[in-house]
Amino acid sequence: MGWVLLILIVVVGLWMVGAYNGLIALKNQTFNAFKQIDVQLKRRHDLIPNLVNAVKGAMDFEKSTLEAVIQARNQAVKVNTSGGGPEAMKQISQAENALSSALSRLMVVVERYPDLKATGNIGQLQEELTSTENKVSFARQLYNDTATQYNTKQQQFPTSLVAGLAKAQPAELWEIEDQAERAVPKVDLTSR
Amino acid sequence: MIGFVVFFAWLGFGGDYILWLSTRDAEPGRYRHAFPWVGLALSVIAIAVARYAYRTGPQKVLWATGAREVIDPQDDAERQFVNVVEEMAIAAGLPRPRIWVVPDADPNAFATGHDPNDSHIAVTRGLLAICSRDELQAVIGHELGHVKNLDVRLMTTLAALVGAVLLMREGMGRMMRGGGRLGGGGGGGRGGKKGGAGPLIAILLVVWIISWLIAPLVTQLLALAVSRKREYLADAMSAQFTRNPLALASALEKIENAAAPTAAIKRGSAHLCIADPLGRRLANREGWLADRLASHPPMGMRISRLKGMGYAQLKKEGGATA
Repeated sequence: MGWVLLILIVVVGLWMVGAYNGLIALKNQTFNAFKQIDVQLKRRHDLIPNLVNAVKGAMDFEKSTLEAVIQARNQAVKVNTSGGGPEAMKQISQAENALSSALSRLMVVVERYPDLKATGNIGQLQEELTSTENKVSFARQLYNDTATQYNTKQQQFPTSLVAGLAKAQPAELWEIEDQAERAVPKVDLTSR
Repeated sequence: MIGFVVFFAWLGFGGDYILWLSTRDAEPGRYRHAFPWVGLALSVIAIAVARYAYRTGPQKVLWATGAREVIDPQDDAERQFVNVVEEMAIAAGLPRPRIWVVPDADPNAFATGHDPNDSHIAVTRGLLAICSRDELQAVIGHELGHVKNLDVRLMTTLAALVGAVLLMREGMGRMMRGGGRLGGGGGGGRGGKKGGAGPLIAILLVVWIISWLIAPLVTQLLALAVSRKREYLADAMSAQFTRNPLALASALEKIENAAAPTAAIKRGSAHLCIADPLGRRLANREGWLADRLASHPPMGMRISRLKGMGYAQLKKEGGATA
């Protein structure tokens, strides 16, 4: 009977090592995915001064829109320098969401002036901006996917027994902070 | 890979056995085939070819299509392409692959490489011209799906092997024709002694020759079987990265409608592409034979699966299409 017990202990031990290592791997992947968002946000912050300079001359009339972008950008840069943790994450996402909406307002304005768009420079910058916005959102998507995988793993039954040992904490997901952005846009198609 | 080497070992050692059987009864002083040098030589060659194919596969494939690496984007289309690849690499959580453009007017795309750290994505000019940004994103997502699943390693090696087998058969065929005359001359002396091993030799010889004839076919079938299964998976990965399966569906429709074959992409690397570059009608037919012989699943099936995903997603989001 003794050896049956021994085999059982060895099997359980091996499983625990596997589960523990799996959790640690996911934890680091989640951390890495989070840092990738930072990289993309930094890229965006570096791009905005260029964009503003490019449209400044042509857009004397939309001063307030430009100013909103610059202000939101400076705000976002300032927040990013503070430390980590879920509280900082909330602040980052707030500042970045403000920047996102300021930028999208600017792009709407640019769309409204075809001769502004016709300048090759603006067309390129528009593409760069679209790409940067996509990169930020894809980085968030990757983070959310990885974090969800990590959260599910540490909460599901047999692995949950090892979660304490691996110091696994549920990772926070990125969310839309602005309630206005969450609302489904209402489109009125009734003809008047 | 291992199958490939074993198959060639069988070809080689089988040949040795036949030679041994036929020279066993030769009188002393004449040539006796005792040492299996053909088998050893073929095995060594097979291992060398497999290794060579594995190491140089990506370069070979890219070179064969005449692709040009995009280091400094030349125009808006290329700039957008580079941006889209970077975006999808982020979505997939992979390092940025190297980017190539194939100067061909027919829309198509393929990925190659060994692992995610050393991967290449190539598209034709035609694809850049007809696809919208979203569609291009979906196509790149599909290719990066292949990279993430490590399909590229397998399929690139297979592409190189198919080429190598064709080459080897050609060479061996020439040698066998020469060897046949030799064997005929030697057989005359043996016929008078006893014919006990005769039928066995004949059967073995037939099986062996058939093996030789089907060698390229076997490698190609292998490549096709792997490819078809992986296409669906890569389509699903693309949908996961872009969250927009309908974009891939419409990109596939566009590629499908531009039915002209991709001239720059040859038969050997057909299974690497997003759509069959040879424009074979077979790719669109369903059924047992088409299932075995096409390098890609039927386009209609892929599109309808993607649309199914797309509508399921829309439904979940609250019927925004209504």
